[in-house]
Amino acid sequence: MEIVLLLFFILVLAIFLGLELISKIPSTLHTPLMSGANAISGITLVGALSLDTGTNLQIVLAFSAITFASINVFGGYLVTNRMLRMFKKK
Amino acid sequence: MMELDLNILQQLGYIFSAILFIYGLKMLSNEGTAARGNVVSSIGMLLAVLVTVIEIVNPVLVLSAVLFGALIGSAFALKVKMTSIPEMVALFNGFGGLSSFFLAWSEFNNLSAINLIMILSFVTVLIGGITFSGSVIAFFKLSEILKGNNDFLNKASRWFLIFSFLFVIISVIQVLAGGLGYEHIDLALIQKIFIALLIISLLAGLAFVLPIGGGDMPVVISLLNSLSGIAAASAGILLTNTALIVAGCLVGASGLVLTLIMAKSMNRTLYNIFFVGYESSGASAAKIDGEIKPISAEDAYLVVEAARSVLIVPGYGMAVAQAQHVVKELGDLLEENGCEVSYGIHPVAGRMPGHMNVLLAEANVSYDKLLEPKDINPTMETVDIAIVIGANDVVNPSATEEPGSPIYGMPILEVHRAKTVMVLKRSMASGFAGVQNPLFFKENSRMLFGDAKESISKLVAEFKD
Repeated sequence: MEIVLLLFFILVLAIFLGLELISKIPSTLHTPLMSGANAISGITLVGALSLDTGTNLQIVLAFSAITFASINVFGGYLVTNRMLRMFKKK
Repeated sequence: MMELDLNILQQLGYIFSAILFIYGLKMLSNEGTAARGNVVSSIGMLLAVLVTVIEIVNPVLVLSAVLFGALIGSAFALKVKMTSIPEMVALFNGFGGLSSFFLAWSEFNNLSAINLIMILSFVTVLIGGITFSGSVIAFFKLSEILKGNNDFLNKASRWFLIFSFLFVIISVIQVLAGGLGYEHIDLALIQKIFIALLIISLLAGLAFVLPIGGGDMPVVISLLNSLSGIAAASAGILLTNTALIVAGCLVGASGLVLTLIMAKSMNRTLYNIFFVGYESSGASAAKIDGEIKPISAEDAYLVVEAARSVLIVPGYGMAVAQAQHVVKELGDLLEENGCEVSYGIHPVAGRMPGHMNVLLAEANVSYDKLLEPKDINPTMETVDIAIVIGANDVVNPSATEEPGSPIYGMPILEVHRAKTVMVLKRSMASGFAGVQNPLFFKENSRMLFGDAKESISKLVAEFKD
């Protein structure tokens, strides 16, 4: 139980850090920021990698979780990169 | 001893990747460093994955799944047309939520006794499920597959959300009671509740996004983005994985900041957007004086040709007509003609945050020509012609002039103060807010009816003659 409280502590601090981190964004960057942040939310991949695969159901669940998180990570970073390369001062 | 070392290495890796995510996000919010920021954050992700796969249980399964996902994700990201970016981002976002959903489902099956950790798996499934199905509906709405609004469905959706809310509260109480040792609540019952929750969370996402109108999509998309982060963070507590917690919270917080920026740009509260909508906020039926003055493309050319400064204000109509390339062409011709051209971009124009910026960037418009309302409004009187391309509510003067209007107080691009306003519009239908726009009836307004792309092409052709 103590460890869960400690994790909540990290959670709260990280939320405040996130709120402070991104206070002013030019509207040009709204889409790339969202799409880049979206790629980061694919961090569930890290959790999915170490899921148990004891039962058949768990094998299916782990495979699906890893696949969808990978789509999120690869797709998210690549699409953000493509977008940002278009944003140039001419 | 060996195992302990690996664990320490893993934790150190997570700390470094957290630092990279933080720097990456920080750099993403600045025009000069954004592209590098994305790379920095992707290195953070790579690092987090590498230190995790040091000790994987099932390498064949993991590798094949990662490869499979990487192929699909990369193919989508590289093939998709730039104009389809909004729906693509929505879909990727939904997949992140779905991953958390499966993750929590799998973890739930590991729990052999009723305890508080169960509540975390409930929360993760709920948020992940809502994120997934909500994003899928957003995807269908953005790609115009799902259109229109059904009053019955909207009401049913709202009732279902209330039902879901009650169900979640009851489930949590059941788990708490079971954890405290009430005998009649056994694991089998909790497992049944969990299965029901899986289904309800998916339906709740549907019910949440279905009634929300197109004009409110920028807010919804950024909120869903935030939710996918929160789902990841909650999964992180469930798995006691700090990388998930920190990265998830960063995404959750940045999505929330963006959501609030969007809501503020519409001068509405989140409650109003999600649970009230424009219809019931009492649309005013104030009589509008003046008359509509249509203009032909030939006459429009004469007006534009004589202008010394032009402000182009794009809206969703430009996106629908895919007119960004001809708009850029017109802008270039005007500049060759000695005219000063800038673009007025409202934060909620279009269907996602920054929608217009993406389209114009695709057409090669330099981003320093894109101005926000606060930059352009003070000098609006010096603008000879404001060309409004398929934008409506974001240029509606009722927002500043008519206290009874549903959109009163919303910051707008005050194009009605320009010397001449030329509005390109398909028909006289009102905008997403369902509010009449007095701009069209003003003395200095001219209406150029028709498809935005065709109308601008005609202007461009006139210039070339």
